[in-house]
Amino acid sequence: MTTGIDLSQPQAQAIRSDEDVVRVRQLVRTVAVAAKLSLVDQTKVVTAASELARNTLVYGGGGSVEVTTMDNGRRRGVRIVFADSGPGIADLDLALTDGYTTGGGLGLGLSGARRLVDEFDIDTGAGRGTRITVTKWAR
Amino acid sequence: MERVPILKIGDILLVSIQVDMSDQTALQLQEDLAERIVSTGSHGVIIDITALDIVDSFVGRMLSTIASISKVLDAETVVVGMRPAVAITLVELGLSLNGIRTALNVERGMELIAAARPDESPDDDEFHDETDEPETTDSA
Repeated sequence: MTTGIDLSQPQAQAIRSDEDVVRVRQLVRTVAVAAKLSLVDQTKVVTAASELARNTLVYGGGGSVEVTTMDNGRRRGVRIVFADSGPGIADLDLALTDGYTTGGGLGLGLSGARRLVDEFDIDTGAGRGTRITVTKWAR
Repeated sequence: MERVPILKIGDILLVSIQVDMSDQTALQLQEDLAERIVSTGSHGVIIDITALDIVDSFVGRMLSTIASISKVLDAETVVVGMRPAVAITLVELGLSLNGIRTALNVERGMELIAAARPDESPDDDEFHDETDEPETTDSA
């Protein structure tokens, strides 16, 4: 499906629809396989990406994602940046609480995704959109 | 939008999810299954997720909802074929899949469904007082 892409370059994908969320999963899977993540770690990072891509679509009103292969000299990994210019998150501690939702979901997307990755950084605030950076390293 | 096919095998509906479902496809499956349960009078639903390489919170919630809907429509739902990596990830994500019965494969799933309706098998009357499982539904 995603053959012939140059994985040494960051891969960008718009998130505007349901189908784009599926494309994000497939893109992250391709990069995670190339970075030699174990099957469990591939599954975790793809699941986290699916949650965050859906948040970008549902809460951020759409946005974009960038997936990059990382290499810190010792390990390879996958870094994914989700960005939207939606309303932002006013109370981040609350948003990161298991079970809290404003959208009628299960309230596990943000908190669950954070547990599934090695590094999780979020830059947000009321009225200034949301930018989430996650990294998963090969073991 | 893709649509997930629903097969009728005897008294059971079998759904084998072979595509990476968009959220709309998942919601459509939920509706299609409810209609098929009623139109066929099936008493069991087996959802085979062998081909799914992830189950996120949306699909997890869909599976729980399908189980609840079928229960109301007098059918048992069993989810079969979950990959080990998917199970590990689900637990870490914090998804408990409340009220969902699982089995390792389709064959065991069919046994579970048969066992859940002892009143229809002629030989075992002794269990008919214990067929009600504890309700795990947490909120309305």
